[in-house]
Amino acid sequence: MLKDKDRIFTNLYGDDSFDLNSSIKRGDWKDIKEITNKGKDWIIDQIKKSELRGRGGAGFPTGVKWSFAPKEVKEGRPHYLVINADESEPGTCKDRDIIRYEPQKLIEGCLIASYAVSANTCYVYIRGEYVNEGKILQQAIDQAYEKGYLGKNAAGTGWDLDMYIHFGAGAYICGEETALLESLEGNKGQPRLKPPFPALVGLYGCPTIVNNVETVAVVPTILRRGADWFASFGRPKNRGTKIFCISGNVNNPCNVEEEMSIPLKDLIEKHAGGVTGGWDNLQAVIPGGSSMPLLPKRVCETILMDFDSLIEAKSGLGTAGIVVIDKSQDIVKCISRIARFYKHESCGQCTPCREGSGWMWRMLERIGRGEADIEEIDMLMDVTKQIEGHTICAFGEGSSWPVQGLLRHFRKEMEEKCNA
Amino acid sequence: MPKVKVDGIEIEVENGTTVLQACEIAGKEIPRFCYHEKLSIAGNCRMCLVEMEKSPKPVASCAMPVAEGQVIYTNTQMVKKAREGVMEFLLINHPLDCPICDQGGECDLQDQSMKFGGGNSRYELNKRSVKEKYMGPLIKTQMNRCIHCTRCIRFSEELAGVPDLGAINRGENMEITTFLEKTINSELSANVIDLCPVGALTSRPYAFEARPWELTKTETIDVMDAVGSNIRVDTKGWEVKRILPRTNEEINEEWISDKTRYACDGLLNNRIDSPFVRKNGKLIECSWDDAFVEISNQINKTVRVGGIIGSTVDLESIYAFKLLINSLAGSNSIDFRQKDFYFNPSHPGNYLFNSSIEGIDHSDLILLIGANPRIEATMVNARIRKNYAQKKLDIFSIGLPEDQTYKINFLGDNLSILRDILNEKNSFFEKLAKARKPMFIIGESVLNSLQGQFVIETSKLILKKYNQLNALNILHQSASSVGAIMIGAYNLIENVVQNEILYLLGADEINIDKKNKFIIYQGSHASKNAKIADVILPGAAFTEKDGLYVNLEGRVQSAYRASYPPGNAKEDWKILRALSETLNKTLKFNTIEELRIKLFESFPSLSKIDELPIIDYSNLDISEKKLDLDSVVHYQYLDYYQSNEIARSSATMMECKIAREKLKKTGTDD
Repeated sequence: MLKDKDRIFTNLYGDDSFDLNSSIKRGDWKDIKEITNKGKDWIIDQIKKSELRGRGGAGFPTGVKWSFAPKEVKEGRPHYLVINADESEPGTCKDRDIIRYEPQKLIEGCLIASYAVSANTCYVYIRGEYVNEGKILQQAIDQAYEKGYLGKNAAGTGWDLDMYIHFGAGAYICGEETALLESLEGNKGQPRLKPPFPALVGLYGCPTIVNNVETVAVVPTILRRGADWFASFGRPKNRGTKIFCISGNVNNPCNVEEEMSIPLKDLIEKHAGGVTGGWDNLQAVIPGGSSMPLLPKRVCETILMDFDSLIEAKSGLGTAGIVVIDKSQDIVKCISRIARFYKHESCGQCTPCREGSGWMWRMLERIGRGEADIEEIDMLMDVTKQIEGHTICAFGEGSSWPVQGLLRHFRKEMEEKCNA
Repeated sequence: MPKVKVDGIEIEVENGTTVLQACEIAGKEIPRFCYHEKLSIAGNCRMCLVEMEKSPKPVASCAMPVAEGQVIYTNTQMVKKAREGVMEFLLINHPLDCPICDQGGECDLQDQSMKFGGGNSRYELNKRSVKEKYMGPLIKTQMNRCIHCTRCIRFSEELAGVPDLGAINRGENMEITTFLEKTINSELSANVIDLCPVGALTSRPYAFEARPWELTKTETIDVMDAVGSNIRVDTKGWEVKRILPRTNEEINEEWISDKTRYACDGLLNNRIDSPFVRKNGKLIECSWDDAFVEISNQINKTVRVGGIIGSTVDLESIYAFKLLINSLAGSNSIDFRQKDFYFNPSHPGNYLFNSSIEGIDHSDLILLIGANPRIEATMVNARIRKNYAQKKLDIFSIGLPEDQTYKINFLGDNLSILRDILNEKNSFFEKLAKARKPMFIIGESVLNSLQGQFVIETSKLILKKYNQLNALNILHQSASSVGAIMIGAYNLIENVVQNEILYLLGADEINIDKKNKFIIYQGSHASKNAKIADVILPGAAFTEKDGLYVNLEGRVQSAYRASYPPGNAKEDWKILRALSETLNKTLKFNTIEELRIKLFESFPSLSKIDELPIIDYSNLDISEKKLDLDSVVHYQYLDYYQSNEIARSSATMMECKIAREKLKKTGTDD
């Protein structure tokens, strides 16, 4: 259990005001000048040492990502920092609370990150549905400008930074970093081919670092309290604290900041008030947002919530959006609903995802309604395999993994629904 | 240069090559739909997946650049599974209506599913249905068949320069459409039909006309403009069913303009299929002998004969025509000009497109002087657009033509700007001084007796200053002009039209006052000048005869006969040869080969087929006279879809014209 003194987000539940003065009282913006005075290399080095991994889902080491930005800014090719606040993964709502209750942490993180990657412009691409959150963030940015924390010589660091908010239009795919950049440029939100990676060719063809809200918001605290402090939580390579979003069939759905590698059972029992109807009523858990394969109760008993342990269990930490499913739910229908979401949100650019996501959903519907033949289960598996790994972006995996998880752990339930 | 291994074959390829290209070099066929050499890489069809060592997932070879030491496999189980998977996905929502699809027989999807597909489908649910989209009179759409490769979108955006096509909606609801389902506002629009790998975009005029294997294919040259695009004419019996581009990297690459492609239905209509003689004010059908005798009678009365050459006449006919008129009139009373047109025949550098069409790719500065290349030479403009899109080429203009699909820096419309550039009073000279390969492109609009000499001579003076004399480019509009200049089929002293007997060889554009004149019209179509003629001799259209054409670069190209003339019509050189015998001035050749040998003897430079002429610019004369002119550019309106008699006889061209005019109308126009 994380001690209160070790919490980064002390206002995660909005008990205090989000405004700048309250934030400063809570410790934000403290010693910002001393931090930047230590230089870019020191900052990147500290972040590497803290073993912070991206909180947006893929878990890429943040310090390494920052070090990909070119050292020198070339004439006519400014660097950009883009904050991915397009939090659309079903079951995830951590960035929303950071923006609502702790926006100064994000802004401060943006200043440090911009300084580290030599960007003078920062765009926050925020989900279109987050209208109120966007308004709050804008207020927070305005307050920071007023106080001189943004703009020319931001917060006395000698670094110039301008921050802009851009509202998305509600497409899930725009949370994929290159689709986000396309959308930010005003184009249809479709992922780009990689390589080249955004760190070299990103927004308007310039070097761009794209980070998740939570990743950037924890940076100032890491630098203030030290990389060693952050790295003292969790298991090796899975360090630090993390906001977990627990929803579904639990008594007390909540966001909670906890140590990495905390047992899933602890999270559900201690923070979310337990599964409705008791632990034995648990059917399955989706551990990392809807795109991650579900885990059956048997695995949930012991699983640790971090990147590597979940990969071992053939799932993933993703965004740490934990969706609890109890025994009252029809698991096939649950996953079918997720498949429908992915069918609806596929951008349509590349073949396997465009054609396959709809096919998967229709097959799951047939199975759910009991119209399918038993052979269709194998065919469904085949289709997911034909999508996975064959697409431009990770959406292919995102849409096929939940179905694969279902097939892996609940095949018997599916077979019972099929015609023999 | 990186070394890579493809299926165990080690090859060394150039930097920047893609894995797909490397596989091709190694002789491995990679299936693909979205990838096209001339377009940007989309990587969205996923058909070209290959296995790469150290990569857990298969990689899209079209988008992956080669790197030293890559080991690529194109024949493993993983690749086979990936291809079959993608093919199955492509086909689940494809209607499989091949028996009624015009793409049948030349369909990439059909061919590749035979070779790389799994052979059966497991999809038994309903297929997606998509409404047809209107894209203009040339493109027939059947969007159920679309596989969303986005080739058409990329073509219109990148090469045609009109962002009219795009994709709307998401996921499986994604649809390709033009903005508000309007006509594509481009002269290159029909190229998307060739690009479409399936039957989603097919040719509307050619719909259900023929199957590709029924057609006779003839590789020849286009005459709709002076560019000399390389084409393939597909015929079924007499009828020209369709015209397709033929790749020639030096001229049209692999595109052609819509007029080149679709004016061909004009070859079927409005044709002259028999000789006619005017009796009591009425044109009466007659035999060849009667027509010749009528001409002979007139020529016995007066030798004041003048010949005018039309815009699509081949080189041999012009030459035979010149020989005949010379022997009849005793002077060179022959001309190819059908309007006020200034040119300087003293040196090829004065009247050719000297930088060459391919040279546009390497140019870094272009000045258009009274030129509207989009309309006057569409394929030249496509090159300029390509360079502009790839290298941000600087384009300036004296006179402001309509939208050219790229950004034009307008210098002003008074030609005196040229003098200012010469005197370094206009800042354009600084750009010119820095340019490595500038180009001046002069349009026919300023090549008139008032402005032409000033424009050409001043341009030469400017270019000489920067040692760029070979940067002078004349943008001719007619396929016959350059050839006619080269073999001297013009008369700078007298106005040929003043002669009592006028012999029009396919001259359809010129306006003639018929009073007290005897007019002989020889040509393929019943044009306005055929209707005022006293004798009509039926000739062959360009697809119905072998012939040479010289394009605006001075490149001689050989056209071949794809069809045969209708009724009693004959090839032009045969008519001229037969007539000369009746007139007792027998021309000394009996076959086209003999005629060609005579032509090459007189003009040896023309015998170099398909080659660019080699020109020595050191002896290019420049008028020492100080020329001055204060005159603005007046664009001569060239009706793109109606620029010659074949196009005017084409229903398709008329539809295109109407569709494009409709586009220009606003909501408040009636």
